[in-house]
Amino acid sequence: MAIIIVNGEDQEVQLPATVADIIKQNNVAQPEMVSVQVNEEFVDRDEFATLQLQEGDEVDFLYFMGGGGTF
Amino acid sequence: MRFDFTEEELNRYSRHILLQDVGVEGQEKIREGKVLVVGAGGLGAPVAMYLAAAGVGTIGIVDGDVVDLSNLQRQIIHTTPDVGKWKVESAKETIQAINPHVKVEAHREFLMADNALDLVGEYDFVVDGTDNFPVKFLINDACVMAGKPFSHGGILRFEGQTFTHVPGSACYRCMFKSPPPPGAVPTCSQAGVLGAIAGMLGTIQAAETLKWLTGVGELLTDKLLTFNAKTMDFRKIHVKKTDKCPICGPNPSITELIDYEQAVCDLKNHG
Repeated sequence: MAIIIVNGEDQEVQLPATVADIIKQNNVAQPEMVSVQVNEEFVDRDEFATLQLQEGDEVDFLYFMGGGGTF
Repeated sequence: MRFDFTEEELNRYSRHILLQDVGVEGQEKIREGKVLVVGAGGLGAPVAMYLAAAGVGTIGIVDGDVVDLSNLQRQIIHTTPDVGKWKVESAKETIQAINPHVKVEAHREFLMADNALDLVGEYDFVVDGTDNFPVKFLINDACVMAGKPFSHGGILRFEGQTFTHVPGSACYRCMFKSPPPPGAVPTCSQAGVLGAIAGMLGTIQAAETLKWLTGVGELLTDKLLTFNAKTMDFRKIHVKKTDKCPICGPNPSITELIDYEQAVCDLKNHG
């Protein structure tokens, strides 16, 4: 097992693992809507299935949040 | 700089002026500021009220909607007798009651591709207080094109997120390339929101605006601040401007503003 950092918290993963695997492991509700950064670089959606993560990588999930008030 | 504050103003703004980082000079910058608040709703309400109380010289408000009873749970700039009034008129009355020194410019219309650049162009700083993705992307694109700084804000259920953009820093499209398809991601009118969350996020946006006007501190640029009020966990995610960005990158594919389609349920049920 290896440790990567997902949304600021350590997480155990079985390597090799792609971004898509980590999305699945974290039960991301709408994977087609999430934006992903690896080590503070945005990853293109078409690379999710191929980009391999390394021990210690930092993965951030960014979600759409559209509320606010009026229109 | 004029520094011609009256005794009444010096007294009104004394808690700002006492701040070493603000002082009379900072208060003058606030007074000279022209801020556009897009949406007089959950976020726009606390933003406009705090900016008014702070003494921002000119506050523009864009909103083409009327106050609905279901707004009052969080849109604290409006009160029960305001139900049925234009939001910009109701908001203007509250602002003038808080601080008669503020000049309020009420734009009774929705922000669209055909008026966004003109509206944004009249102001120094823009605050996104809208609750739908088409307008959030429109604000981003218009501000990037016009070289205007803005504060982005979004809330849903118990969560909020915000960042500040200045020319050269990461924009909304660096993080999210394009709006989700209509209806794919819920809005507050579909999924609900804890009213106080609007206050939590809106006051952060107001503070960012005042920081930008006075030049105090470090803005939330290249950082997405997110929080979950259920746990009161706050997190700053460092984000980077990307060269692949379709609007602020070196080879932008978006060269004019776009009116994206809205979810039908949002059109029927504003805010």
